[in-house]
Amino acid sequence: MNERRFAERSLVQLTLVRFREFIRQPEAVFWTFVFPILLAVGLGLAFRSRSPDKPKIGIVASPGSRAVVASLERDSSIVLEQLSDSAAAKALRTGKIALLVLPDSDGKVRYMYDSDRSESANARLVADRAIQVGAGRTDPVSVSEVKVTEKGSRYIDFVIPGLLGMNLMGSGVWGIGFAIVDSRSKRLLKRFMATPMSRSEYLLSFLFSRLFFLILEVVTLLGFGALAFGVPLRGSFLELAAICLLSALAFSALGLLIASRAKTVEGVSGLMNLVMMPMWIFSGVFFSSSNFPAVVQPVIKLLPLTAVNDALRANMLEGSQITALGLEMAVIVGWLVISFVAALKLFRWR
Amino acid sequence: MVTTEPALVVRELRKSYGDVRAVDGLDLEVRTGECFGLLGPNGAGKTTTIEICEGLLERDSGDLEILGMTWEDHGDDLRDRLGIQLQDTQLSEKLTVTETLQLFRSFYKAGREVGDIIRLVQLEEKARSRVGALSGGQKQRLAIACALVGNPELLFLDEPTTGLDPQSRRQLWTLIEEFRSTGRTILFTTHYMDEAEKLCDRVAIVDHGHIIALGTPHELIDSIGATIPAPPPRASSATLEDVFVALTGRTLRDE
Repeated sequence: MNERRFAERSLVQLTLVRFREFIRQPEAVFWTFVFPILLAVGLGLAFRSRSPDKPKIGIVASPGSRAVVASLERDSSIVLEQLSDSAAAKALRTGKIALLVLPDSDGKVRYMYDSDRSESANARLVADRAIQVGAGRTDPVSVSEVKVTEKGSRYIDFVIPGLLGMNLMGSGVWGIGFAIVDSRSKRLLKRFMATPMSRSEYLLSFLFSRLFFLILEVVTLLGFGALAFGVPLRGSFLELAAICLLSALAFSALGLLIASRAKTVEGVSGLMNLVMMPMWIFSGVFFSSSNFPAVVQPVIKLLPLTAVNDALRANMLEGSQITALGLEMAVIVGWLVISFVAALKLFRWR
Repeated sequence: MVTTEPALVVRELRKSYGDVRAVDGLDLEVRTGECFGLLGPNGAGKTTTIEICEGLLERDSGDLEILGMTWEDHGDDLRDRLGIQLQDTQLSEKLTVTETLQLFRSFYKAGREVGDIIRLVQLEEKARSRVGALSGGQKQRLAIACALVGNPELLFLDEPTTGLDPQSRRQLWTLIEEFRSTGRTILFTTHYMDEAEKLCDRVAIVDHGHIIALGTPHELIDSIGATIPAPPPRASSATLEDVFVALTGRTLRDE
């Protein structure tokens, strides 16, 4: 009985079907592998670290303002623009300059700026220092500076783990949910039910193919982040793999739950967006979830993607051990168990 | 050889959807080795009956014995020994013909070689083509191939020839005749009376969820021959189509 060749076993065949259906769908390959990289490149370029822009300062020159203009021109951290009265007002109003300096003929100086704009407040400090030093002020305390750039604190370091978390969620939920509902709506699931196919093998085939693609996804995205942007991987690789594995399983279970009843692809797409959309916003993919009010923080912390992103960042950026991530791991495993049990209870094979 | 031992016995079968009695006290006996046709207008209960026999639908009441077994006690065994084609299955378009059959073959304990089945349904030239690129007739032949790849003892075909061109239909007839010639049993539904007349050892006409006529095509034609109103001058004898229309009326039925 058990002499059947490996390739002829139904679990192997079912898993092969998963692979074939995936790689023969160029859209799916693009969204799973290429899109996250493009997103990382785009975000990495847009938010790359660079020195803050020099403040642009406008000045309306008058006969007695030569000394002030000279002081400002001497300071290389300022971009100075001499303007006429009317042009100056317009430039300030439209934000082209951060600060307008108005020297009086008697040597006094007035600053015009919007104190709520941080770059204007900064421009005022810089301009004032230049003018005062130019006029002969000496500072009583001498200072020296040490400049540092720390890998791990840049935006790209923040966003790569977020993109990985989002990718794990997307391919888990979409990959499982879409394929199952597609088979159900085409009555293929029903056709399988009329064969001796083992139901658990059918579900397992999704899991196996998912795990294979998981490895590819994680390696491509993290490899790209590390090579192109030097995103740090400070934690244990084994623990990182464990976090990714549990996250992928949790999102697959969630996908299975979402797909357990839906009869049409349109219906399940809506459901999936309904489930994933809040997490794209609240779970700290592109910006920290701590930006949201304290009242909603407990809820945000219970979302699976928040836990995944927090755990990934802690491992990669801080080198935290998995034992220090009790809450995050509990949330991930909790979603895995609850979704899977509920999915098996609700699942319709026809 | 048609023996008298039944491959399928249905007694007092009932199934309702809400207020609609889809199957309403249906009795049926299909003998081993015969080709049995289930005829009836749309909505008569054919598909519901056949899907209950296939183990895909729960029945409300009635007895059901397939190959001497019941779904309740021998589900796994039965699934391994039945071949099934459903009316509305769409096989995965991304897979090739061979891949699809390899998948279905893997579900069965003992089946036939995938290559043999492909030759049997004359899809050799399309063996490496994606299912999405097949014509309607080729898709239907693949569906039948999926039903045959487990080497079944009993074959259920639900409207296998609907929507096919005459060539594809005749090709399917050959397949059905070949299967029957090996002594195995077929139950199929159809809207085409010529088909039933040509292929079936016996037919049953179903309407309103129960059987209103049963017999060999000739018996049925003889029984009605005398009562046909004003036969057209060219027709020398009645056909099964006349029987069907005489029994089920001329009103159009919608699904």
